[in-house]
Amino acid sequence: MKYTEEHEWLKVEGDAVIVGVTTYAAEQLGDVVYVELPEVDTEVSKDDEIVVIESVKVASDIKAPLDGTILEVNSELGETPGLVNDDPLGGGWFFKMKLKDMSDLDGLMDETAYNALIS
Amino acid sequence: MTEIKHTPLHELHLSLGAKMVPFAGYSMPIQYQAGLMHEHNHTRAKAGLFDVSHMGQVILRSDTVASDLEKLIPVDLLNLPKGRQRYGFFTNENGGILDDLMIANRGDDFFIVVNAACKEADLAHMRASLSADVEQIETRGLLALQGPASESVLRNIVPEVATMRFMDVRILSSSFGDLWISRSGYTGEDGFEISVDNAHSTDLALALLANDDVEAIGLGARDSLRLEGGLCLYGNDIDRTTTPVEAALSWAIQKTRRTGGERVGGFPGADTILDQLDNGASRLRVGILPEGRAPMRSGTPLYATETSSDPVGHVTSGTFGPTVNSPISMAYVSIDKSSSGTSLFGEVRGKRLPAKVGSFPFTPAKFKR
Repeated sequence: MKYTEEHEWLKVEGDAVIVGVTTYAAEQLGDVVYVELPEVDTEVSKDDEIVVIESVKVASDIKAPLDGTILEVNSELGETPGLVNDDPLGGGWFFKMKLKDMSDLDGLMDETAYNALIS
Repeated sequence: MTEIKHTPLHELHLSLGAKMVPFAGYSMPIQYQAGLMHEHNHTRAKAGLFDVSHMGQVILRSDTVASDLEKLIPVDLLNLPKGRQRYGFFTNENGGILDDLMIANRGDDFFIVVNAACKEADLAHMRASLSADVEQIETRGLLALQGPASESVLRNIVPEVATMRFMDVRILSSSFGDLWISRSGYTGEDGFEISVDNAHSTDLALALLANDDVEAIGLGARDSLRLEGGLCLYGNDIDRTTTPVEAALSWAIQKTRRTGGERVGGFPGADTILDQLDNGASRLRVGILPEGRAPMRSGTPLYATETSSDPVGHVTSGTFGPTVNSPISMAYVSIDKSSSGTSLFGEVRGKRLPAKVGSFPFTPAKFKR
């Protein structure tokens, strides 16, 4: 698992990565009531705001962690956005993307570095 | 910058793990550990305890306090019986709303509760305009106990509350000193607001929280509860630029103060407000029900169609309503778009999303009338 300073996690699966937010981020967001996901096949650049998360109190953006193309989105979040709170590291994933360059992952934090960031 | 103020319950909030935020000059709990959604649902299911000590508590004394206040507030106060309270608002010369407030006739005096952010201006306004003695009460906290279990909880401390009905006010003695109690609130639920001496505030809150049915509730859930209840937030949904008629608050202006009434007018902005009562206003505060799950928040422009260029109104408050389980908003729209069921489009992040005009409240009121 790799982590960004924006509190996203990236899990490598073959030549793609699955992206979600960390437990810490899910707690900060509060109860998620709506998630707007990008279109499949969209080409995204690092830091593009591609996901909107609405909690009861506020709307937040999730940025593309790296350059790449969206392969799949978690359509279950449409019906059950609360998965982001209930299972942020599993069923609450947002999208799967193909990275432009897998070696970009090397610039992200590992778990130890991320835990140090949030402690 | 002035120092941030603490309510008498500050230490209690910290010990309960509240997330504190600055609000109207006070450090206030936005939520506790259970979170906003849980706190909202708990209040509707059982009872929630809110610290509203930041609000302004004021006592007005004079032989003519009712008629004096009628010069600033377009509400029938001469006929407000002892032991009852009414909702009202201070208006300005244009008919706009300076603040909204609760006004209680306690027999010997009038007790009013005003918004935290407006209280200094309200005090100055009353002192400049009224001959009455205007006393700001800074030695008392204010708690709200809201939800269906409120009566059964509070009667353990003050049994007399069981005989009160919606908008009754009483001064009742208790082991926490004299409590100034009204059967009212800001959630759409049955409940009470309780003014208590600072020295007893924390003990009273702890005694209420000791009941299994009661949890502490923060400002976050207070906002979603009041929005579902169709109740205005001053500064968002009403302000100096909105008249009571535009704000759909005409119900608060009794016949005696209207055209043809015994004491017609005689308050700031009467010409505008009476004209709007007689002939209608050009816009109206309405409920908005977005058709999808995306909330339409404050500032969202509303359009008649998916492609029309000029907005027909805008959202003033919006969130996701946990009880209605859908997004809800309050908005001002032009009068021809204000009837319930009208289709509109709210522009959210550049996209026009469908919505319908709905009616208040979004959740049925549970007052004990």
